[in-house]
Amino acid sequence: MAEGAAGPGGAERYFTRWYKPDVKGRPCEDFCVLQHSNRICVITLAEAHPLLQSGKTIKNINYQISANCSRLQNKVSGKSKRDIFIRWRGIHHLQVRFFPFFSYLNIPHTSTESEHFCSCIRGRLIEVNENILSNPALLQEKPSTEGYIAVVLPKFEESKSITQGLLTQKEYEEVLLKRRSSAS
Amino acid sequence: MSSLSEKDRPIVQLLLSTGTCPRCILRFCCVGSQMLYRHPHKDLMKDLQEFLRNSQEKEDTVCLDVVDPPCKRIRLEHGEEGADDLNHNGAIPSAGDGNSATESSAVKVCNVCLGILQEFCEADFVKKVCQKVNSADYQFTSFVFSVSLPPQLSVREHAAWLGVKQQMRNLGLALAKDDIVQLKEAYKWIIHPQLSEELGVPADGKSLFEVSVVFAHPETDEECHFLATACPDCFKPAKNKQSVFTRMAVIKALEKIKEEDFLKYFPCPPSSPKNLCDALEIQCNNGAVFVAGRYNKYSRNLPQTPWIIDGERKLESSVEELISEHLMAEFKADSFNFSSSGREDVDVRTLGNGRPFAIELVNPRRIRFTAEEMRRLQQAINDSSDKIQVRDLQLVTREAIGRMKEGEEEKTKTYSALIWTDKAIQREDIAFLDDIKELKLDQKTPLRVLHRRPLAVRCRLIHTMKSEYIDEHHFRLHLKTQAGTYIKEFVHGDFGRTKPNIGSLLNRTADILELDVESVDVDWPPTLAD
Repeated sequence: MAEGAAGPGGAERYFTRWYKPDVKGRPCEDFCVLQHSNRICVITLAEAHPLLQSGKTIKNINYQISANCSRLQNKVSGKSKRDIFIRWRGIHHLQVRFFPFFSYLNIPHTSTESEHFCSCIRGRLIEVNENILSNPALLQEKPSTEGYIAVVLPKFEESKSITQGLLTQKEYEEVLLKRRSSAS
Repeated sequence: MSSLSEKDRPIVQLLLSTGTCPRCILRFCCVGSQMLYRHPHKDLMKDLQEFLRNSQEKEDTVCLDVVDPPCKRIRLEHGEEGADDLNHNGAIPSAGDGNSATESSAVKVCNVCLGILQEFCEADFVKKVCQKVNSADYQFTSFVFSVSLPPQLSVREHAAWLGVKQQMRNLGLALAKDDIVQLKEAYKWIIHPQLSEELGVPADGKSLFEVSVVFAHPETDEECHFLATACPDCFKPAKNKQSVFTRMAVIKALEKIKEEDFLKYFPCPPSSPKNLCDALEIQCNNGAVFVAGRYNKYSRNLPQTPWIIDGERKLESSVEELISEHLMAEFKADSFNFSSSGREDVDVRTLGNGRPFAIELVNPRRIRFTAEEMRRLQQAINDSSDKIQVRDLQLVTREAIGRMKEGEEEKTKTYSALIWTDKAIQREDIAFLDDIKELKLDQKTPLRVLHRRPLAVRCRLIHTMKSEYIDEHHFRLHLKTQAGTYIKEFVHGDFGRTKPNIGSLLNRTADILELDVESVDVDWPPTLAD
């Protein structure tokens, strides 16, 4: 897949890929952290995530605040006449509601399941991808580029240690292998 | 003394007997003749004593004339002695005691000016200042002499004035504080001509060359402190300043405080100090000069400003260092500030006429350069490196910098980008780009700068594009864009955060392999004929 490959392939060129499998103990809920040399991290779904497997249609995506955080402030301000500044505050959870579609039934299942995503690394939330709000399918179509989830900036002192709990591409592939062999 | 009249007698009487120097006495008598202040200290003392004595003999008007020739004679006689006894502090020569000018070898430090209008008007001090100036090796055509006085001088002046005011009141006369000649002004009347003569250039309030002296009198520093008790709201603890008792704060408090309160805390007349002021620092400073030009950048491995992380230099040299190195050496400046009309990345070349820049050289020792010398300087810079080249190097004014910054926001730039696509392209696939005019982009702050810039959405225009097909996966694109457009992000899309982008327009994944700035469309600085 050219999409999402590290190497000459667009915006992902300057990023290092890190992985966090089974986030919150939920099986196969793997995330990918793309770390730029300037410390900026882009959070995306990893290939093995259930949402990227066939049979799921995402109904909508919205953002929610957890109980002990300050209210969501999507502030729009601007110093310059032409630039619009956006600030996100106090968001810790993304809530994704998806609508499972069971292929062996012609009637779509009516119950809705919902998922909570958490950021895999600690840091300041810079941005949540609004494109997937308006177009949830993007999350599944281009999970590693335009369908990214959020942008986080770890504290300067923590920028190196932040990846200690994460797996390299190689280590992640080993995890995937282990899963397949244990499944069979 | 022809400048003094009957009404001044009580002032002269009072101040002379309480330890005030002749020049300060003249100030309190509102004498505006600059020449008079320049007379030697001894002569003035003698004249004042005579003035008082004569008034004792005659009841009528006094206008005593000090004719010039005798004055000069006296000056000559006492010329040698003058240098000797000025440093002595001792008994005050008692005024009006009937003795003909007993030349006391001791001169007490003035209780109002603390020696500023005494010692620090003398040739020795002038020489000291000029030595400092000459050794600092500055190029200048005029000078401004600025003096910083300790705040307690204002307090003492106030006390002396209150004393004089009381005396005058008894005679039904008034003396407004504003009518008194300012100490700084009188000081400059005396010292400017002397400095001017030694340095060979005129004093000019607008001069860019500043000679500054800071005076201090630690012995009396605490004299201001009572004001904090009397007028607490005038003294706010400032974070950066060492002392709360700044000159401005003290003056403000003196305006507010009532006469009775002042006299409660402070002696009137002020006491005679033991020591003179100290001249703490004599410093020279030249106003900044500005050098402008345009630079080309031919290296894809050169940052504009030094790239240092955690004290470690990541890439050798920088555009600003390569240019300013020579300027700093030639102008002998303390430091520089580099600015330009926009910037390019490390890996981007700047071709065409180059990018306008301006360098502020701080406290330069040399300020005058002919056009020929500037040309040679330009050549020296160009000979020293093949990574950058400069042109149109010239001296400009501070105001001109504004024009350059204008260009950064408003003017257009043209670029040439080498683009790669994942899926194959044919000529027809990219031809349509040439027809797109005024393409509107919405660019979120690129991820590569998000760590130091706030998140924002920028609307920018791509005015025109021209494509050049190379092969199935490559083509070159020439673009003319609005200032502030992120070109790389327009090509690869930056995770969809720049819309539209080349990838979305061509329905492929695109990446930028090379970028060159072809022109920065700012018509400043003026082009020089070489």
